Amino acid sequence: MASPFAVKHASRSSRIGSAGFAIAFVALVAAPGFAGRDDLRLLSEIFSYIVLASLWNLLAGYAGLVSVGQQAYVGLGGYVLFAATILAGVHPLIAVPLAGIAAALLALPVAGLMFRLRGHYFAIGTWVVAEVFRLLASQLSALGGGSGISLPAGMVIAMATTRQWREFLIYWLSLALLAAVLGGIVLLLRSRYGLALTAIRDNEIAARSNGVDVWRVKLAIYVAAALGTAMMGALIFLQKLRISPDTAFSVNDWTAFVIFITVIGGIGRVEGPIIGTLVFFILRRTLADLGSLYLLMLGAVAIAVMLFAPKGIWGFVAERFGWHLLPLERRLRFAADARTK
Amino acid sequence: MQWLNVIIQGVLVGGLYAMFAAGLALIFGVMRLVNIAHGDLIVLAAYIALLATESLGINPLAALVIVAPVMAAIGYALQRGLLNRTLGDDLLPPLLVTFGLSIIIQNGLLELFTADSRRLAAGDIEVASFPLIEGVSIGVLPLLQFAAAVAVIGGLQVLFYRTALGRAFRATSDDPAVAQLMGLDNRHVFALAMAMSLAVVGVAGVLLAIRTNFDPAIGPARLIFGFEAVIIGGLGSMWGTFAGGIILGVAQAIGAHINPGWQVLAGHLAFLVILAVRPEGLFPKVQG
Repeated sequence: MASPFAVKHASRSSRIGSAGFAIAFVALVAAPGFAGRDDLRLLSEIFSYIVLASLWNLLAGYAGLVSVGQQAYVGLGGYVLFAATILAGVHPLIAVPLAGIAAALLALPVAGLMFRLRGHYFAIGTWVVAEVFRLLASQLSALGGGSGISLPAGMVIAMATTRQWREFLIYWLSLALLAAVLGGIVLLLRSRYGLALTAIRDNEIAARSNGVDVWRVKLAIYVAAALGTAMMGALIFLQKLRISPDTAFSVNDWTAFVIFITVIGGIGRVEGPIIGTLVFFILRRTLADLGSLYLLMLGAVAIAVMLFAPKGIWGFVAERFGWHLLPLERRLRFAADARTK
Repeated sequence: MQWLNVIIQGVLVGGLYAMFAAGLALIFGVMRLVNIAHGDLIVLAAYIALLATESLGINPLAALVIVAPVMAAIGYALQRGLLNRTLGDDLLPPLLVTFGLSIIIQNGLLELFTADSRRLAAGDIEVASFPLIEGVSIGVLPLLQFAAAVAVIGGLQVLFYRTALGRAFRATSDDPAVAQLMGLDNRHVFALAMAMSLAVVGVAGVLLAIRTNFDPAIGPARLIFGFEAVIIGGLGSMWGTFAGGIILGVAQAIGAHINPGWQVLAGHLAFLVILAVRPEGLFPKVQG
């Protein structure tokens, strides 16, 4: 029997949006051909924050897992990269996916412990885990202990013979990871797991009563976020060429900024972290001289957004104009005959 | 004898951790609010004490008389002006707003006082000690801090179970809607709970500042210590939280004795072990 209705994901705004993303992607792939070194570096940094914020958004905005400890996986990714290349002689580009796999494996027992903590306490619990990782990293004397270590020159050359090509390579890898993470999130949200995830976001108890295995969905999201976050962490420190426990597990750099970006852009929407990252970098460009005052202002803006516009910039736009940049809606289209007969 | 000394010192530090934890447990008990800025408020209290002692030339312990009421007033205003708006079924707003607050306090203190380490000078009492038995001596200041912790926890316990305010706290905790029907103003009750919490934070901040160096960045670690003590103790009673603080203090002291780099790590591991084997904590609430 033919179904009397069909689920439609795309709308006019999402077709325009998707086309925009496709054009932007092509332009960004070609960017090394015409953009300067500083621009590429800035773009890589923007990509990394979109990835980190998108993954945090998946955790907090959809799965209800508000973590303030994702720096655990950024740092872990960086350290796995440095350990694999320096201690085991693995090629840096192979070490990046290795970092993701290691983080995903480690995320399983961590989730087993942290999921025992309800709601609010989960947040601080994840912070403890990140601190444990940081303290353990500073005990690793083979990787420089508390003062950190640089990537040996041999390893740097192994990536690419010239500095320019190395930078291009890292840029493309960041872009590829960004495309993979955003694409993966869109596919995930369009699948039945996405429906389960959205149900959990809107009402966990109702989702459970409709047969969603909340615990398993949350576990899968937590592990996937750890995987992506660690690969991004590995790329971030591959670009920096130096790692130390304090930079790798920095709560300000990898969690505070990420949370503010997501909240300001719009939590619980895929477009939110992208908009938030752009706002964050525009603000940083104009207010960078303010130093710690900049962070203070970001905190104040995030609080104001949370109180007065809790859905963020994109939430406001989406509700006001009905725009969706990505084909994520679900609209039921009844077959004409099913309605008229 | 060496180990006895380690454990006694750990117990004494644990009193301070119990005080960090008591403020957290209090507001969680009354309004299910976890305050991520808790540690930074402890540091703020330390800086207020620093200002008070420097400008008035008083002893840090005397500064308690100023710091605790000031912190309580800040707590009342914070809850009424900001945090009450975040309470509801959604977990996200209180977490993110207190997280933002934490970043604001840290960077505000950094702007005002720079990143330099500071300390409150309390005079002779800082180094005074007396021998307990052969090889074990107890510092007067740690003992005083421990006594203050016992007094604060005991005071909170009496307040919760023997006074009208405590009854209001418990009633609002059990069922805010019914409490409101009985004539309690929840917004006011919540604000009073936050004021009490920050008064305790004030005491803890002053004692911390006399004991160790502090700078604007040490807040999050104090939040984590307090949080660990709450979870280790279970959410049953203030004395459970007290025990949690002491266990954390002893675990850290033992870790530090084995290897100075392991002090904080040992505390975290003790917390994770308790979470693995007894996730409801050592002294959980009796299910009624």
